[in-house]
Amino acid sequence: MAARTLTIDGQLVSARAGETILEAARDAGIAIPTLCHLEGLSAVGACRLCLVEVVGSSRLLPACLTPVSEGMEVRTASERLQANRRALVELLFAERNHVCAVCVASGNCELQNLAVQVGMTHVRYAYLTPQCSVDISHPQFGIDHNRCVLCTRCVRACDEVEGVHTWDVAGRGVNARVITDLGLPWGEATSCTSCGKCLLACPTGAIFRRGTSVAELERDPRRIAVIVASRQERW
Amino acid sequence: MAGKLKLATVWLGGCSGCHMSLLDLDTWLIDLAALADLVYSPIADQKHFPDGVDLSLVEGAVANEEHLALAQEVRHKSRVLVAMGDCAVTGNVTALRNQLGAPDRLLQQIYVEHGDARGVLPAAPGIIPRLLDRVVPLHAVVPVDHYLPGCPPAAPQIRALLEALLSGAPPPAGGRFG
Repeated sequence: MAARTLTIDGQLVSARAGETILEAARDAGIAIPTLCHLEGLSAVGACRLCLVEVVGSSRLLPACLTPVSEGMEVRTASERLQANRRALVELLFAERNHVCAVCVASGNCELQNLAVQVGMTHVRYAYLTPQCSVDISHPQFGIDHNRCVLCTRCVRACDEVEGVHTWDVAGRGVNARVITDLGLPWGEATSCTSCGKCLLACPTGAIFRRGTSVAELERDPRRIAVIVASRQERW
Repeated sequence: MAGKLKLATVWLGGCSGCHMSLLDLDTWLIDLAALADLVYSPIADQKHFPDGVDLSLVEGAVANEEHLALAQEVRHKSRVLVAMGDCAVTGNVTALRNQLGAPDRLLQQIYVEHGDARGVLPAAPGIIPRLLDRVVPLHAVVPVDHYLPGCPPAAPQIRALLEALLSGAPPPAGGRFG
């Protein structure tokens, strides 16, 4: 396969043609923060955390969707990018009710980890404190919209890996919510196979196994990639 | 004991769990007493916040008028101010009421509608502080120098922060948020 040579943070990196900046950076051991990206699922560029600077482009580009090209010069950690990422994570915390102290995912949460990764010590914005519902109509799982960051990893895992598309997104802006079967309570969503892939994919405590208490949620989002990889043709 | 630092701890809208965590430092508190005098604290008998405090640890969110006035006084009289614990850093559990609307409605529901038959709204000007419309974290009302997250922060985290700040070093980085 054709190779492309580019520079990421001053480091000469070799990548396959068609690879994204994110893949090339990770292969080279350069960490770019992500949230909506999950290996095994398609990339959507929704969270904007992986935005990078590319010389020659006046806009910031999402590393998860931008293919590498020959001679490309990428910066992943400039002061501007770091300030942007910190602001993004703060806005995520401000938009819903991420009360870690009473959350099932505390200690096993990608949003919590991101806060540390981007150097967030507090949220400079006013909390919106919206009233969000919790749906526990499904016999095994629950969805707490207080903790949802709209990454759509549940939507993509359900559609692309389980092949069902129970999940989708309704509404716009801060009123957007993930929904099951066109807005039915999850327990009445007859398309749901109760496979639990949405639970695996969720980065926060939004989707949880019923009966899970504070900080008890354990799940490994990397298992989505394992499922996808084990389905690939083997010869 | 000239040259000893002045340390204060303050309890705003929180459950006192952060102070319990501080007390979990057990025998190290004796070492701490050699480094600093505790000049104001819910665990010390001192009615007024003194002048010239070197380091103040503040637990709790700002939920009522008394918290707001005390937070401003503490900031004014402290060289270094630390938001200690999730309520001071984010509002946390104390701020959960923000989702439910204005405090007047909440008080009406709790004390009158769900209270006993003679339930009345608590009102004693000068004694019971009025609730603020919204519970806010400490940094929303005064500038904060350092943040110590956790519900509560573990005793070793409090110790690491105190050791750093009392020796004039920057606070330890990392840990976890929330």
